[in-house]
Amino acid sequence: MTLAQTQQELIDEFAMFTDWQDRYEHLIELGKDLPLIAPKHKTDDNLVRGCQSRVWLNAEQRASTSLSDGTIIHFTADSDAMITKGIVALLVRVYNDRTPQELLGASTEFIDRIGLREHLSPNRANGLSAMLDQMKRYALAYSAKP
Amino acid sequence: MNTTADTVEKKGYDVEEIRAQFPILKERVHGKPLVYFDNAATSQKPRRVIKAESTYYATINANVHRGVHTLSTKATEAQEAARETIRTHINAKHAHEVIFTSGTTASLNLAAFSLGQLLLKKGDEVLISGMEHHSNIVPWQLACERHGAVLKVIPVTDEGELEPRRRDDATEYFTERTKVLALTHVSNTLGTINPVKELIAEAKKRGGVTVVDGAQAIAHLDIDVQDLGCDLYAFSGHKAYGPTGTGVLYGREELLNEMPPWQGGGEMIDTVTFEKTTYAKLPFKFEAGTPHIAGIIGLGEAFRWMEDYDKQAMAAHEHLLLEHATKELLTIDGMRIIGTAKEKVGVISFVIEGVHHYDLGTLLDQQGIAVRTGHHCTQPLMERFGVSGTTRTSFACFNTVEEVNSMVAATRKAVKMLR
Repeated sequence: MTLAQTQQELIDEFAMFTDWQDRYEHLIELGKDLPLIAPKHKTDDNLVRGCQSRVWLNAEQRASTSLSDGTIIHFTADSDAMITKGIVALLVRVYNDRTPQELLGASTEFIDRIGLREHLSPNRANGLSAMLDQMKRYALAYSAKP
Repeated sequence: MNTTADTVEKKGYDVEEIRAQFPILKERVHGKPLVYFDNAATSQKPRRVIKAESTYYATINANVHRGVHTLSTKATEAQEAARETIRTHINAKHAHEVIFTSGTTASLNLAAFSLGQLLLKKGDEVLISGMEHHSNIVPWQLACERHGAVLKVIPVTDEGELEPRRRDDATEYFTERTKVLALTHVSNTLGTINPVKELIAEAKKRGGVTVVDGAQAIAHLDIDVQDLGCDLYAFSGHKAYGPTGTGVLYGREELLNEMPPWQGGGEMIDTVTFEKTTYAKLPFKFEAGTPHIAGIIGLGEAFRWMEDYDKQAMAAHEHLLLEHATKELLTIDGMRIIGTAKEKVGVISFVIEGVHHYDLGTLLDQQGIAVRTGHHCTQPLMERFGVSGTTRTSFACFNTVEEVNSMVAATRKAVKMLR
């Protein structure tokens, strides 16, 4: 599935919910499917900077099975807050196992379309823009490597 | 804008009548009626305050203390009337003991910088408490670093009270090197009302200078600086129904005269030559630059507004909310209230087992309820209680019992979703 397809899939999924409670319950459920970070990677270095809940994000470079010359980035993560964990899970579902180039061109507009707009503000503590920035930093680092 | 406390008979307590004066309370958040329980961060503003500020801009906007023209005179008069209103409210001896700042943070930085210059020497001690806001920690740390002084801390009990009170031994933390006692009147995180008067008396016996952080007290307690006996008292306007960007440092005249200025610039000078500058008299020595005139006028109006009400009745209403909310919140499974002091204002900090405060804050917001979550700028206090943060609900005079019930029901709903 392409990145855009995964985004659309999430938009369709959330379109089924008409009120905030169902939307958030689904988000919390998504958090439970997050590929969990290995305990050894749960280090301060892997903490995404934020002041309220803690988010750990680890990235690994892997050889792509579909692209002959490409590498992809595999993410694992965790958070001590459930909603934050759901937000990370959304991002990981969309951006996991993509090439650095795909990641660098990514946008978060789909978050607005699934009714979680309040998490988009760059000023929000532990908002997803900080997580996406961190993902892009990894992508940048990996794309710079020969 | 021209009503004064003296001309208006004190009104009885009618919460609906009070609510009608706050335009923002008609707002809806996520389609639900706003329940505003973040008053310890900033209170909402009555229409009179908003109007006083905009009337200044619309009719008399000019710089103060400079021009000979009519507008400048009017602006100066309005600003100085605000100073007099605040003097009366806190019972300072002189209007020039009321220094306008941008808020409590600026007031405390002024105090720490200037007192540091005036009296801190190597090995001297500054005494604070374990429940201070970062604004009453960091400026003193900076001053201590500059002058080689030491920061000492009065510990906090499990109930969230100061240790000396429980031990009945307030003298323990004072030494002959204690030059400054800087203490919060009311804890922003716990709601504890500290026995500042007793501790000020202890510090005075030993010749220490006393500074009180009154940010959380000013809107909820009757403040009488002469009765407290403090040398300096700091507070913000925006937590007391006034505009943001306004604050006050009250200082005893004799001490203020001795203290060196903090910031230099216009308005604070008498004569300037490149060799030597002499400073203006009080309060202008500490008010460099153009002040936040509109805000100060709004602040004066906020205090006049508070004066129109019976302070005891307002405090009793807030206390009722505190007691009711405490009782109801404790019915939630896994509830732990951080801060159970005997004397409290309407602030409740809590943690719920298995629920992260960030999740709870987000789900309460979805239900139109505004609370604060996190460490509340009191990281050492969070560490003392072994928590990474709390959810804090804080009341003001316009809140109602029904709102408390909504908050408790919304919390219950959120907890159910999160477990």
